[in-house]
Amino acid sequence: MPIISSAQVKSDYDVIVVGSGAAGGQTAYTLTMEGAKVLMLEAGRDYDPVKETPMFQTNGQAPLRGTATPDKPFGFHDATIDGGWQVPGEPYTQASEDPAKQFEWWRSRMLGGRTNHWARHSLRNGPYDFKAYSRDGLGFDWPFTYEELAPYYDKVEMLIGVYGDNDGLENTPDSSPGVLQPPPVARASERYAKKHMNTLGVPVVAIHRAVLTQRQDPAVLPQKIHPGNAKAQKILAQSMSERAACFWATLCGRGCSIRANYQSTTVHLPPALATGNLDLVTNAMVREVTLNAKGRADGVVYIDKTTGKECRAKARVVVLAASGCETVRLLLNSKSAQFPQGLANTSGLVGKYVMDTVGASLSAQIPALEGLPPHNEDGAGGAHVYTPWWLYKEQLAGKLGFARGYHIEFGGGRGMPGMGAGNGLQNYTRGSYGLKLKEDARRYYGSFMYFSGRGEMIPNEGSFCELDPVVKDKFGIPVLRFSWQWSDHEINQAEHMEKTFTSIVAAMGGKVLGRNASRRRISEKAAIEKGGRVIHEVGGAIMGAEAKKSVTNQWCQTWDVPNLYLTDGAPFPGNADKNPTLTIMAVAWRASEHILAEMKKGSF
Amino acid sequence: MNHDYPRLDRRAAIKWMLAATATLAVTDRHALAAPALAAAPGAQGYGTDALLNQEYKPGAFWPLTMTDAQRRTAAALCAVIIPAEGSIPSAADLHVHDFIDEWISSPYPDQKGDREIVLSGLTWINTETQRRYGKDFADLDHAQTTAVCDDLCHAPDAKPEHAEGAKFFAKFRDLTASGFFTTPEGMKDIGYVGNMPLAEFKGPPPEVLAKLGLV
Repeated sequence: MPIISSAQVKSDYDVIVVGSGAAGGQTAYTLTMEGAKVLMLEAGRDYDPVKETPMFQTNGQAPLRGTATPDKPFGFHDATIDGGWQVPGEPYTQASEDPAKQFEWWRSRMLGGRTNHWARHSLRNGPYDFKAYSRDGLGFDWPFTYEELAPYYDKVEMLIGVYGDNDGLENTPDSSPGVLQPPPVARASERYAKKHMNTLGVPVVAIHRAVLTQRQDPAVLPQKIHPGNAKAQKILAQSMSERAACFWATLCGRGCSIRANYQSTTVHLPPALATGNLDLVTNAMVREVTLNAKGRADGVVYIDKTTGKECRAKARVVVLAASGCETVRLLLNSKSAQFPQGLANTSGLVGKYVMDTVGASLSAQIPALEGLPPHNEDGAGGAHVYTPWWLYKEQLAGKLGFARGYHIEFGGGRGMPGMGAGNGLQNYTRGSYGLKLKEDARRYYGSFMYFSGRGEMIPNEGSFCELDPVVKDKFGIPVLRFSWQWSDHEINQAEHMEKTFTSIVAAMGGKVLGRNASRRRISEKAAIEKGGRVIHEVGGAIMGAEAKKSVTNQWCQTWDVPNLYLTDGAPFPGNADKNPTLTIMAVAWRASEHILAEMKKGSF
Repeated sequence: MNHDYPRLDRRAAIKWMLAATATLAVTDRHALAAPALAAAPGAQGYGTDALLNQEYKPGAFWPLTMTDAQRRTAAALCAVIIPAEGSIPSAADLHVHDFIDEWISSPYPDQKGDREIVLSGLTWINTETQRRYGKDFADLDHAQTTAVCDDLCHAPDAKPEHAEGAKFFAKFRDLTASGFFTTPEGMKDIGYVGNMPLAEFKGPPPEVLAKLGLV
């Protein structure tokens, strides 16, 4: 990417955006396409998926056959650079030694952030999700409705490219006509599971994922996305024409050199840079937001990691999009006489109500899938189908013992063999070796499946982060200390997931093999994974209708500092079971339009 | 002996042996007899920003540490666990023992337990075959090899005196299978036919759907 050095940073930006992932990418895109001058600061290094993605490398070409290590927790070929559960020199701490009360924080220090590695699941929150408190008296309402956000979901889906169907299901919204790309057909294991899940009343439909199954139409979509803005239409048409459709090989988690899936680095940043309105500095670790004499944000202080020097950048508006908890950390570290408890923290709520997604998983062996004729199941490099939450009525009637829903992500089959291929077969084969082992490996390959539940967490008082009073990172910046608590709603929900998966496996004539590794769960007994493990970190600076009860208003604008916005997951006042990335982008787009309107009015 | 891949040089090996001995002297006197079981020699991992779009061979990031004798036994086991079949080479032909050497020489925590199982197992199996036949495992004939492996191949059925060998055999078989089925020849053998660009994804062919009763 064409990046600039700190020495080239100008003095007259409209907006500084901290972070370059889904939130930072969307914010910079929307602002620059409408003519605002933006400086984006990214803590990690420059990264170009077109040049760096391992598209056809096999596991046999990777060290340790590609297996996960502490340096590459999702395997060698995963796109994540300089990231993981731990980042060297940048620790975080826990208030408790009890695993059930800990939060594991996945970070990524690279251009595009966590959008380079993600499942690309792009599910809309539904109408219930935005009015959760009104519906069952738990958690919070969002300060806007589904209908108010729906046009932004449409725009994001058209921009990034999302495949899926409109199924007309409860609280699982349809997209507008012409928005979605056609979903890929289901694989053998997905179809076999669907048949048996349906007998249990569990629905299976096309999942929504940010992958192009066909090329975007540059003659139609840019006009719908940027009506009346000829320059933006032209730039977007060019960017869309440079993106190829999926060629049905290579896992999306590696990134995509042909730009067929969404990552900020291939979809948001190229057109934003093409406007000429975006300056981008990488290796820029932002430490704090600075204020002017009137108490307005006037810029940021960052450490240029290439020189080790402290630098300042100025703008009319500051947007934090650094990932939910990193944004919280920036606010808490921006102390001043006016804000001794941290910036925009008059409510005392900065750091409160951090949420993740509830996760529980089972793996299984399915005899019916043994010995299938070889065929190519790579598909779209991720799931083709899933189960949206289906027990709304039972839940509302109080029959389930937990208040919110989950969806099921599942799969199996005939992916590229990696570490573990042909392993553990002695349980089936009485210990074959030699030619018999080869025969058995061929028979059992493709007969294993996994089922993962992804459920809503209700925000609670016990899940929060604050500054550690002692520990600092290698830049001398105070780090976060986490506290965590799952309520019975989440714990019971995870147990329900396991029971459901067990029934599904039984209906398929299969055998449950086991849960996720115990180090991922809160205890040996429990089904539920530790906080943070699903990497759906949101909350920490929630939005609301009243300044006393929230950190930002519905526009992601902090109540205390009107020219300071938070456009990542931090303002989420709830975390529906739907994977948050798509909603982060839709909310960021809406907030960015508010910034543009306020700048036009001369508010800043 | 010639090797395709970088191995630990003698000077580094001596340095490591001394360091390991010094550490073990205070922690585990029993293990002094077998310094080769200590952790791999202070090797570094590949870090958090390795180049991803290229091919790496065992030894690319950290040196391989098996001795020539260990390597010879490992290759012989690989050839027994996954032998050649028609035109398909054996695991040994595909240098899977070099992958296993890479695995047990890894600086990462998950592989450290396997290092001990594999290196003690390689010693155990030669001790056993010396006792039975007066020969190392790699020098056994087919009938002798089969007799030994049949005693070890299914841990739940193993006699108590073979328990350690059976535990090792199960681990070594899994490592051999992982190593073999991730090679181009092994991927084809197991029935993986992807990793190629397609104009269209057609889904499962009719014979697959028929077998699953989905038509």
